[in-house]
Amino acid sequence: MLTALILLTVLMILGAFIALESKDLLSGVISLGIIGFALTIIFLVLQAPDLAIVQIIIETMTLVILIAAIQKTTREDTSDEFDAKKVMIWCAGLVFIIVFLLAAIKAFQHMPAFGEPTLRMAQYYIDNGLSLTGASNLVAAIILDFRAYDTLGEATVLFTSVAGVVVVLRKMGRKRA
Amino acid sequence: MTGMTPIVKRIAQLMVPSILLLGIYVIVHGHLTPGGGFAGGVLVAGCFALLTLAYGTEEMKSEVFKWRASLLESVGIFIFWFLAVSGVVQGSYFCLNLISKSNPGIPFNLFSAGNIPLYNIAIGIEVAAALFAIFITVVVLKVGEKS
Repeated sequence: MLTALILLTVLMILGAFIALESKDLLSGVISLGIIGFALTIIFLVLQAPDLAIVQIIIETMTLVILIAAIQKTTREDTSDEFDAKKVMIWCAGLVFIIVFLLAAIKAFQHMPAFGEPTLRMAQYYIDNGLSLTGASNLVAAIILDFRAYDTLGEATVLFTSVAGVVVVLRKMGRKRA
Repeated sequence: MTGMTPIVKRIAQLMVPSILLLGIYVIVHGHLTPGGGFAGGVLVAGCFALLTLAYGTEEMKSEVFKWRASLLESVGIFIFWFLAVSGVVQGSYFCLNLISKSNPGIPFNLFSAGNIPLYNIAIGIEVAAALFAIFITVVVLKVGEKS
């Protein structure tokens, strides 16, 4: 199982590089699809069918929306030339990666071992979820009963983002442009 | 945006009912099987997106659908909020599972788990309307148009 996970992770990193470096935006978007579908297989291997269903459907829908956007605008990558500003951005990124790695090494030493998610709170949910809520799908019991407040926040984020998209891309109010 | 060939239209006609049924099944059985409001809502939205791609925006009257999607999105999140606040109105805490306390139901049955199926339906309406609103906004948009 670990070999499959490592292979899929390498595939995802390769897909991300191709998506960044390709000059054609359409092939870049399809390379982004590699990341999403490899993540779906990883969720299936790790036995998380809820996440796998959501991931595969969202990924397909995102590809359709992005391809529709590319057909409306342009297929060519119109990024800038290499200059001094880009060197600064690369240096800042490198510093961030080093700081992030140092912090992550500290943080990961306190995490439970791989495949043993025995947190105290999660164990309580697993033991008492069915008797307290009556929902046989434990994921639904957690996100819609124990942690329903988080889900309300999540739905609000989706609402806000859609409101932003509809306002920015609207036809009304463009007459003076 | 214009429609596609008659082959694509016919295939879309054949596929859409089963996709819509699967989406509604995933939403309604969210508390019993894997899935739930988010996954089922995206399936329903994808079904409408398939129809729009096959038949074109003129034949689908997309401008009307865009307003309805915006309205339904607000309705979905309002139902969720209303269900969550009803716990406070009863004198207890936010997001209380009211129906489960008074009428527990039998586990593994469709009518069980109290508020959870209702939350799932509200989220399903919201996600379906939200994703379809984004899709229709991008598809209807004409770049460089100055009317």
